[in-house]
Amino acid sequence: MVFQGDAALSNDYFAVFGLPRRLAVDAAELQRKFYVLAREHHPDFHQAAPPEERARVEATAAIVNAAYRTLRDPIARVDYLVRLEEGRETKEGAADKPKAGPALLQEMFEIQEALAEAKTGALDDAARATLVEQREGLRARMAQEEARLAGPLSARWDDAAPAERPAVLAALKEALATRAYLRTVIGDLTDALGEDLSADIEGRHGSAGAPRTRGGMGGHVGAPHQ
Amino acid sequence: MARIIGIDLGTTNSLVAYVDEATGLPRVIPDAEGRPLLPSVVAFTPDGIVVGEAARRQLARRPADTVYSVKRLMGRGFEDVKDETRYLPFRILPGEGLVKLAVGGREVTPPEVSAAVLKALKERAERHFGQAVEKAVVTVPAYFNDAQRQATKDAGRIAGLDVVRIVNEPTAASLAYGLHHLSEGVIAVYDLGGGTFDVSILKTKDGVFEVLATNGDTHLGGDDLDRVLALWLLEDIAVRHHAELDRDCVDLARDPEAMQELRLAAEAAKIRLSAEERTTLTIPFAGFTYRREITRAELERLVEPLVARTLGPCRRALADAGLTAADIGEVVLVGGSTRVPLVRRRVQELFGRAPHSQLNPDEVVALGAAVQAHILAGGITNMLLLDVTPLSLGIESLGGIVNVLIPRNTTIPTSAREMFTTSVDGQTLVDLHVLQGERELAKDCRSLGRFELRIDPMPAGMPKIEVTFLIDANGILQVQAKEQRSGKAASIEVRPTYGLSEAEVERMIEDSFTYAEADVETRMLIEARNEADTVLVHAGRALRQGGDLVSAQERATIEGAVAALRAARDGDDRDQIREATTAVNRATEHLAEVLMDAALKGALGSRRATEILGER
Repeated sequence: MVFQGDAALSNDYFAVFGLPRRLAVDAAELQRKFYVLAREHHPDFHQAAPPEERARVEATAAIVNAAYRTLRDPIARVDYLVRLEEGRETKEGAADKPKAGPALLQEMFEIQEALAEAKTGALDDAARATLVEQREGLRARMAQEEARLAGPLSARWDDAAPAERPAVLAALKEALATRAYLRTVIGDLTDALGEDLSADIEGRHGSAGAPRTRGGMGGHVGAPHQ
Repeated sequence: MARIIGIDLGTTNSLVAYVDEATGLPRVIPDAEGRPLLPSVVAFTPDGIVVGEAARRQLARRPADTVYSVKRLMGRGFEDVKDETRYLPFRILPGEGLVKLAVGGREVTPPEVSAAVLKALKERAERHFGQAVEKAVVTVPAYFNDAQRQATKDAGRIAGLDVVRIVNEPTAASLAYGLHHLSEGVIAVYDLGGGTFDVSILKTKDGVFEVLATNGDTHLGGDDLDRVLALWLLEDIAVRHHAELDRDCVDLARDPEAMQELRLAAEAAKIRLSAEERTTLTIPFAGFTYRREITRAELERLVEPLVARTLGPCRRALADAGLTAADIGEVVLVGGSTRVPLVRRRVQELFGRAPHSQLNPDEVVALGAAVQAHILAGGITNMLLLDVTPLSLGIESLGGIVNVLIPRNTTIPTSAREMFTTSVDGQTLVDLHVLQGERELAKDCRSLGRFELRIDPMPAGMPKIEVTFLIDANGILQVQAKEQRSGKAASIEVRPTYGLSEAEVERMIEDSFTYAEADVETRMLIEARNEADTVLVHAGRALRQGGDLVSAQERATIEGAVAALRAARDGDDRDQIREATTAVNRATEHLAEVLMDAALKGALGSRRATEILGER
């Protein structure tokens, strides 16, 4: 049995829904199309088919689900578009890990210091309050970055002439990297505060460029057997 | 397409349902006596396996060989359950991998016990339709992990059922409600059953039931409410009856029969307190009878922390769905434990609206399973269920960190691909450790199993092995690997951490014929004996309480009937036992009335007539 869905679909999530590679997506229309495709490909309606056919349907359903999940979220949509434009089929193949710009790193210096300090010893109430405050600041900053990505930057991509696209792509990548970096630091602060991770756990699952979920090829090689 | 039945395989009770072609509505199939619920209790007797009501009735008499709440053990290891094994009267064997029980002089696994329940339901359906039934949709808690789902599927196979779909219980409930009772929008399903808790947030639109998020606790349910009450009663007994206990050198906590009596009495009192403000417990122990009144407020104080534990998952599910309580249009209650008034109050407070409960919370999941079965059989084409995987799926990478491949609450079916290579020249085996859970470290997540990929020897780093993880519509993981340079499919050996191998399932299917269910005759004999025992207990109690309220002649008649029943009960003639049972019932009728009268007049103090007479 091969988990091979419709190959053409797995190459381009925009194509799954018959959409151009534009970042402006009508959410209601996307959902309507998703429901149509989900009905068409859901294993529930192919129970009587032979096993290979059922396996193919299941794999196609998986692609449709993944495409919807990716495109309905404005940030995941940008992340996916960047990968698609760069010809990276899966995010695991990412050649370069996102890095925050030097300005942001400079800005984060103080927080990183505080973090390092928090790791060495118990937090007193004052240090704790500082960390919580810093985290709030970073959350606001991240929300701002997300708004910029989903709003003006997405619009810039949709309006760009082909010659301008590389520049817009670079701007999108930088914004994604900044957001991913902020997210990691917010996660670290939450860790340092020793809080329940569940509130920030989506940091590990959002997958839209979060560095922690990125594994390189060969990053998880099994132990050699004799 | 062949008939597919819908089964709710519950912790406490199980049901089977189907969709009636004539009306298009799902219906529960009752047993020969008209009872819809089959207690999920399996007794391993010298005469064979007994399932259901007959097994439940002997819980207190044969505690070591009568298994209940086995669902809590499905897909689990000894380490997971050892804390609660001290409350279970049957033996759980320590060891690696899947839990094993020692009952009726042999070892059995939880899927085999569940298979006995499934088989009884299968037979019930076959009697109803007058034809063989081979396919079923079986429900599981939404928060069940891969191993627990697989164990449920294995149980089906052992029972001779092809489990064509595993459906999440809250989602099934929404399908049942969706037929008539819900308007389109966002709904929350709060499902507190006998042993598990689930909450699911769904969006319904144009016949599509899209689960947005689910959360829960597979170790929280009515059983836990019973247990806190039973433990509290145990302390109270120790205080009030220390004289008798010391005199007889009795440690109730170490007496499985006494603990089972206590648990059953606690459960019955909890159920009564859902309808009444106060109730009296009467538990006969050897040497003394424990009696006390308990109020709903006292019960609520005891169970409050458990009920509070359901609220965290509700909030997390809302957050995962990107919603707040204000976005929820309707709330649906599922599971017997949602009859507890405190549970209803807390749910209403959290979501800010009165929950739905038009459908019987015990039956709604089975009805939904029947609807899903009907969809699969092609009988319904306008409804579509889009469910999610409840837990993140990942693989262990260097440093014991989990690399998440499929995040929780992803719509299923879903797949993820990952590339692997080797680190040593000539390496032919790559070992993948697959995990499920939300924690960052592998050791904190649930180990699903190890997958060994065998490839041709090549220099280190040369192989490009593409591994595809697919979570199917049942929420069960399938793995496939391909070495890209050679284009050859890599062979995969799966070693489930808490599951059964193919060979073990095959063996259990064979065993299920060897250790067959007690034949109908034996089962009916056991049921007749159970009935006789119950009647004897009640008659004895009635004589003690009110023997002096009737004539000597009447007393003699009753005693004669009781003696005859005792004799018949020890024989093997079922009809004789039945007749003698009826005779005792008839002989005590008048005494029962006298006692009822006396109770109403207050002649017996505050005790209620039903306590003395039992539920007749």
